[in-house]
Amino acid sequence: MNGFDFDVIDRSLGYLFQDGMMFTLKLTLLSATGGLILGTLLALCRLSKIPLLSTVAGTYVNLLRALPLILVIFWFYFLVPYIGAWLTGASRPVSVGGFTSALITFTLFEAAYYCEIMRSGILSVPQSQTAAAKALGLNRVQVLCSVVLPQAFRNMAPVLLTQTIVLFQDTSLVYVLSLTDFLGAAVKVAQRDGRLLEMYVFAAVVYFVICYCASQLVRYLQRRTAVSR
Amino acid sequence: MQKPILSFSAALAAAAVLISTPVYADGRLEKIKSTGEIALGHRDTSIPFSYLDDQQNAIGYSLDICYGVVEALKEKLEMDNIDIKYVPVTSSTRIPLVANGTVDLNCGSSTNTIERQAQVAFAPTTFVTATRFLAKKSSNLSTLDDFKGKTIVSTAGTSNIRWATAANDSQNLGMNIIPTKDHAEAFLTVENGRALAFFMDDILLAGLVATSRNPDDWMISEEAYTIEPYAIMQPKDDPEFKKVVDEAIIAMMKDGRLEELYKKWFETPIPPKNVNLNLPMSDSLKRAIAEPSDSADPENYK
Amino acid sequence: MNYYWNWSIFFEPSPYGNLYIFTLLNGLVWTIFTALLAWTLALVVGTLIGVARTTSSRWLRILGTIYVEFFRNIPLLVQMFLWYFVVPEVLPKTLGDAMKQIAPPWGIFIPAFLCLGFYTASRVAEQVRAGIESLPVGQRMAGTALGMKPTQVYRYVLLPASFRIVLPPLTSELLNLIKNTSVAFTIGLMELVGAARSMQEFSFQVFESFAAATSLYLVLNLVVVMATSWLERSVAVPGFMGSSTTSKSKKTGNSTVNEVAP
Repeated sequence: MNGFDFDVIDRSLGYLFQDGMMFTLKLTLLSATGGLILGTLLALCRLSKIPLLSTVAGTYVNLLRALPLILVIFWFYFLVPYIGAWLTGASRPVSVGGFTSALITFTLFEAAYYCEIMRSGILSVPQSQTAAAKALGLNRVQVLCSVVLPQAFRNMAPVLLTQTIVLFQDTSLVYVLSLTDFLGAAVKVAQRDGRLLEMYVFAAVVYFVICYCASQLVRYLQRRTAVSR
Repeated sequence: MQKPILSFSAALAAAAVLISTPVYADGRLEKIKSTGEIALGHRDTSIPFSYLDDQQNAIGYSLDICYGVVEALKEKLEMDNIDIKYVPVTSSTRIPLVANGTVDLNCGSSTNTIERQAQVAFAPTTFVTATRFLAKKSSNLSTLDDFKGKTIVSTAGTSNIRWATAANDSQNLGMNIIPTKDHAEAFLTVENGRALAFFMDDILLAGLVATSRNPDDWMISEEAYTIEPYAIMQPKDDPEFKKVVDEAIIAMMKDGRLEELYKKWFETPIPPKNVNLNLPMSDSLKRAIAEPSDSADPENYK
Repeated sequence: MNYYWNWSIFFEPSPYGNLYIFTLLNGLVWTIFTALLAWTLALVVGTLIGVARTTSSRWLRILGTIYVEFFRNIPLLVQMFLWYFVVPEVLPKTLGDAMKQIAPPWGIFIPAFLCLGFYTASRVAEQVRAGIESLPVGQRMAGTALGMKPTQVYRYVLLPASFRIVLPPLTSELLNLIKNTSVAFTIGLMELVGAARSMQEFSFQVFESFAAATSLYLVLNLVVVMATSWLERSVAVPGFMGSSTTSKSKKTGNSTVNEVAP
């Protein structure tokens, strides 16, 4: 193997970042948002007193946490059109693109993990807060939205952000669907030009820089917002 | 500890529900008419049938055939425009994607086989090729026996890897078969020495060699192992759609457009490296064009 | 878009010459085998790195931090590709060629096992570090006061206690490792997901193959959870903190929250 060929990286920067990285970032941000919302709802279901809600939510979370992400990706990729047709009354095949399928997969998958984090967060808010809020006359929804959830989010913010960084790394698995995220773009260039070494190392370096900076940011935020107890 | 048991039984229950739920679909013609778009499956590195050029656009012989079909669909459905959605597929995802509705026509390098006809349907054959192997000239390989106990590579989900696995078992060759995601990866596996040879359709091998860095280093075997008729893949149990597609392709065969497309992709320089594959039409293909057939029986193409 | 169910596909012969169900069971065996070996490597290396991060030597701490940061910030799939494609190219030519000549499945198993082992080691290191740091400082001091050398302090005082504390998070790391073996499918290892895909490609019965793989993963999950519960109970020291409370110990400041990291 002759010397490290920086040229191939140089030529493909536009494709790698404009197509690949944009895909990865879009997927990460959209599924993190959706997953967080769904995860919070699931956490509330798990903590609710209604047995049906807590059992269903608990089963969902345990099931998804027990399966490898690759398997879940394949399930949804092949299954979503059938489910779509079933949900919309089986009138026509619901053709979903690769990105939509990946988005649904990651949102539903990450929701299970965000649910556990939020459950932990909600439980970490002292009972006295809920009691005080109720004593002030707030109804249950207001207690939840104005008192408990904001504190839960604040407590769990570092863990939620760390989970989002993990999600960012996990999006590389859409490789198995041949979707062009950042890693997929790097692999395509590598195979087209026969430069596996350069492209894989470059992809590793880029991921490392992004994730390291992000986790340092999380640590900084954690120190800044730590509440002494 | 009860939770995992609960999730296990819930999963079984969900599966039971899934089994009993019938899934129907309307025809693709209605879907194309109402959404105004058609989803064409394409490959990344099936040169020259369906591959990505320098700008990552999908081009190729099969895609051009599909464009001809889209024109015929426009006429038949009386639409001014049909948007084309390009869906990247691999050998192992193309069949489930055509079956589940994500892809309407798979324009790649799919072989028409009897087993596949249980899940999808095929248009009339538009190319005839055979399984051969690709190896470095320096390896001096010529017959299947040379591979006893050695490592070979093929692409996952292809009829070639299926044949290789079955032959490995029936002839007791003791080969190790590495499955890869797509053809370019398999080629690289031979290039960097992990496998001795790449078993694949000879036309795809020729395309890979022609666009490689050092084409002279490579040899493609004389021996052919199976006959592979290529056809555009379409959904099963949709006779109206099949009729339109089949008639469009037969029309292209009759009025000479298919021959022009053949010349464009096999006898003139093609992107991205402007290499000419220089492959005149084989006799079996000429016969398949003169008498269009969507049969999977290799005997028909000898 | 109709799907044709065929649950008897498991008992039909595959191109490999055996029944499809054996293809899947074969895959399961590979998953378990890879996971066990990688776990052993991860425990050994992870404990060493975790201990290194708690010693008084600045260099050891820095080395440990570099190791952990490196393996945590690169996605597992990228690491897998680095081990399989890049490492043989950067090693000296004879060694690299020797690596490439190892026939599959071992030629694929070895990079997969090394990748998974070192990746999980970085996570185990964090758990071990958190466990040691959560012990009262007095433990280490008492050990030193009794005349123990640092290695003895770790061996007889700190590690036994901290392992009991971090047994629950370590369990979840083992479960993660089992799930992560599926990533080795991308380089061609025929573990459970690879076997399910292969079955799907040859038989075209997508949902049957995936349903079987899913059930097997759930069963595996169940077995591991039960086994580690038994382990936790059998090594618990009555009345000691490890047996009841603090896998959820959270500290202010910048130490790792080791509860729900998946």
